[in-house]
Formats: sequence, C-alpha cells, structure tokens
Amino acid sequence: MNGTDSVFVFLSTVLVFIMTPALALFYGGMVRSKNVLSTSMHTYAMFAIVSVQWVAVGYSLSFGATNGGMLGGLIGDFQNAFMNGVGFDPSPLYATTIPHSLFFMFQLMFAIITPALISGGFAERIKFSSFIVFIVAWCFLVYDPIAHWVWASNGWLYKLGALDFAGGNVVHISSGVTALVAAIVIGKRKNKAAARPHNIPLSILGVGILVLGWYGFNAGSALGFNAVAMNAFVTTSLAAACGMIGWTAFEWIRTKKPTVLGAVSGVVAGLVAITPGAGFVGVPSSMVIGLLGGAICYFAVTTLKKKFGYDDALDAFGCHGVGGTVGGLSVGLFATLSVNSAGANGLFFGGGFTLLGKQAIAIVVTYALAGIVSFVLLKVIDKVMGLRSSEESEAVGLDISDHGEEAYSGMAS
Amino acid sequence: MNGDGKKFTKIDIITRPESFDALKDALNAIGITGMTVSNVLGCGMQKGYKEYYRGSEVEINLRPKVKVEVVVCEVPVDKVIDAALKTLRTGKVGDGKIFVSELSNVFKIRTGEEGWAALQDIE
Repeated sequence: MNGTDSVFVFLSTVLVFIMTPALALFYGGMVRSKNVLSTSMHTYAMFAIVSVQWVAVGYSLSFGATNGGMLGGLIGDFQNAFMNGVGFDPSPLYATTIPHSLFFMFQLMFAIITPALISGGFAERIKFSSFIVFIVAWCFLVYDPIAHWVWASNGWLYKLGALDFAGGNVVHISSGVTALVAAIVIGKRKNKAAARPHNIPLSILGVGILVLGWYGFNAGSALGFNAVAMNAFVTTSLAAACGMIGWTAFEWIRTKKPTVLGAVSGVVAGLVAITPGAGFVGVPSSMVIGLLGGAICYFAVTTLKKKFGYDDALDAFGCHGVGGTVGGLSVGLFATLSVNSAGANGLFFGGGFTLLGKQAIAIVVTYALAGIVSFVLLKVIDKVMGLRSSEESEAVGLDISDHGEEAYSGMAS
Repeated sequence: MNGDGKKFTKIDIITRPESFDALKDALNAIGITGMTVSNVLGCGMQKGYKEYYRGSEVEINLRPKVKVEVVVCEVPVDKVIDAALKTLRTGKVGDGKIFVSELSNVFKIRTGEEGWAALQDIE
C-alpha cells in the first residue's frame, strides 16, 4: 500500500464523479427547454442505477478474474459480488498499491459516465421507463463484457496487447456506437429542423467542468502517482486545447464563423481522442491527436451526419464514437515505450504495424459488440413496451409528459 | 387620415407551438411575407395538467401556445384562414383560435409610407 498513490487516486475518483453532473449541463443546454429536465435525468439516473448494479455484480463481472472468470474468460465471475473480498487491502490483480475499495470506486465512476453518454443519441424522444430498462440491460450485456475484455487481467483484448489507457473502447466507442444505433432505431425527432440548443452557456459551463473531471479520468488511470500519470495529465490538457483549435479552424474556414458551442465541442473531441493514448504517447503526439480529434469530429457531426441523415441529437456518436476511433488508431501510430514501458511502440516510433493492427481489432470488436447487442436490445424493448414517446408527449416535451415538471415555469410570479 | 380607402385586416392565430413551422410555410406559400410571432400562455377548453415539485402537486391550466399576427391587404383574408385551418386542424382540443379584425391604417416607420404602400415589401 502506498499513501501517495492512494490519495492521488482518491482525488482522481472524485474528479471523475463530477463529469456526470457536468455532462448533464453539457447535454441539457443543447436540448430544447421542454426537454432539459428529461435530458439531465438521463445522466443523473445513471448515478443511482449503475451504482447499485456495480456493487451487486457489475464490478465482479468486469474485473472478477482470479479464478479465470466465466464462459471461458469472456466475462468475470461472481467472486466479488456485493463487494465480497473488496476491502481496504489492495487487490492482488489491479492497482496493487491502493485500497481495493478505492479501485472499485474509481471504476464505478467510469461505469456511471459511460451509459450517460449514450443518451445524446436518443435525447428528446425516448420513454423514460424504456430508457431505464435499456440501460440496465446494456450495463450487463455491453459495458461489463467490454470492460472485462480490455482491462481484466485475463481479458482477451488485454492479453492480445491492444492498448486502451483510460477507456477509448470501453467508454467512448461503446457509448458512441450505441448512441448511433439507438438514434437509427428510435428514428428522427419530429420537427427536428426547428430544434435548437436552448441554453448554450449551460453547455459551455458543462464542458469546463468536464475538462476538470477528465484530468482525474486520464491521469488517475495510471492508478498511482508516477511519471505515466503526469504524462497523461499533460497530454490530456494539450489534446483538449488542440481539439478546440482543430474544430474551430475548420469551422471558421468553412462557415466563416467560429461558434462557441463548436469550440467547446472541439474540446470534448480532443479529450475523447487522447483518452486511449494519454499514458502511452508523448506530449507532441498528443497535440497532433487533439487536432485530428477536433477536425475529424467536426466533419462527423456536420458532413457525415447530414449525408446519412440519422438524428444523433447531441452528437454522442460524432464526438465519442468517432473521437474514440481516432484516438484508438492514434495509439497504434504514436505510442512509444519511452513514455510507458508497459505499452508498446507504434508505427511512427519503430513498432511497425503490429500495434496498429491490434488497435484496429479492438475497435472493430467494440463496434460489433456494442452495435449488435444494442440493436437487438432496442428492438426487443420496442416490441415489448415501446421505445419512443407518443407524438403528444414529444410535442409537449418530455419534462412535462414523463416527469411532470417544467425547468423554467411558464408565468412570472 | 384613413389609409387610402383600402381595407386592412389583422389576423391573430393562436395555436400549438409544434405546428408553427408548418403554418409559417403555408403562409409563405400564399404570399404572406411578414408576420409577428410571440410565445404566449393560454387556456380554453383544453384541460390543464399536473406538475409536481418535490412531491407537491401543482395544477397548471395555462399551456404554452404561439401567437402569429398577420396584417393583409392584397391577399384575400379567406385564403389566409383556409391555409391556417388546413394546416393547424388536428381535430383534438387545443388546436387554437383565429381572430379576425379590421384595422384603420398602417404606417411603415422607415419610409413614413402609409396604407397599402406601407405593406409592400420593397427594399
């Protein structure tokens, strides 16, 4: 046990927590005023639901691996169900210098923010009850298996040597791809052309707080206070900065206006892109990755979305799916052993195509699992209980129809 | 001073916010290029609904509506009414109302023109 590592990861954990309320602000500002409570609830509900799922079996299914897991190691077993064997003593497998219960909490914060990200895809038109059923099933069938494959000591992508420092696959690609599938299955919003963000300052504040949380998300993923953690701290900050530059530059050239919502979306894109590589790439590389993330996500949410016509309302796929893909492939290009001896060398650092190939496999597998399972789940839920709000609910707004409240009450009093 | 002997008619359309875009398109299609739009609250036969704040029930009977004001001189009033009725009628309570009234004169502030000339869209 190491006191410094423990304090560092504790601080990182509480920072990751604040990403959840920050996401509620970011998403809430981008919807119409009649749906801001519904959208915020999609995020906050994850705190309640995933916390319980994680204590009960989620953590164990993701990380329970001392006996080799279940289904031939495709998923963890129930050895840590209800925190059995998870206490103050370090885990024998993970983060061996900090309390096991602290590692548990750090991972819980990731499990909470991930399904919250999905809600950007079906915002403003999903029935709240169906949303809950979908998310609970998704945690069991998508998040826990992917977390196991990528991060558990016997996970097959981990053993393959695919690198995912802080959750490019587990958090961003899985949620982004699911959001895309959900946007297609549930269909477009009525009156979509008239939908505009109702409170951009709220979104701007949300992104500011997301950056704060992301420092804990990425630096904390070193699970100790060391050179890799501080490298991740710096690369995260620089990629966020360059993400803003990348997005804004292209937007400014193309539509002549550097919008503020665009600039902060670029920050998010840069952060997503650096997430898988924060502890494996150097600072100059992180700046290139940030620029690429910002620029490519800009084209994804403008050109790609328009071309295919899906209604990913808050661009969960455009920022997280696409940014995560850019980031995962970038690790295969820019990773270097000089930053992290537990990593590998990418194409530009003398490692050849080996790592790039492994990164591509991990990405394809994540797309396939998240895409196929989510599609089937959404179709089944649609058949059984209906996925989409009634036309009347959607017109009135989900705040009043599903939650019985208005964010900004109609009459001054 | 009473315009130039022409008749000016003001049409107030109060309806569902979600129907506004369709209405605007329908009005544009019959040559209505100017309108004034406000978000309003109103009640009629449409029943209210209940909201809950920290568990306490609040009865709400004013619903959000949109009010579109149009003044016409050349476009026949019937055409406007027909377009609005066709676009806005869902058959359910809450579709709204149309009020028609006569105006005595119109002025355009930029040029000082009045009457028929004040309503023309000329740069």
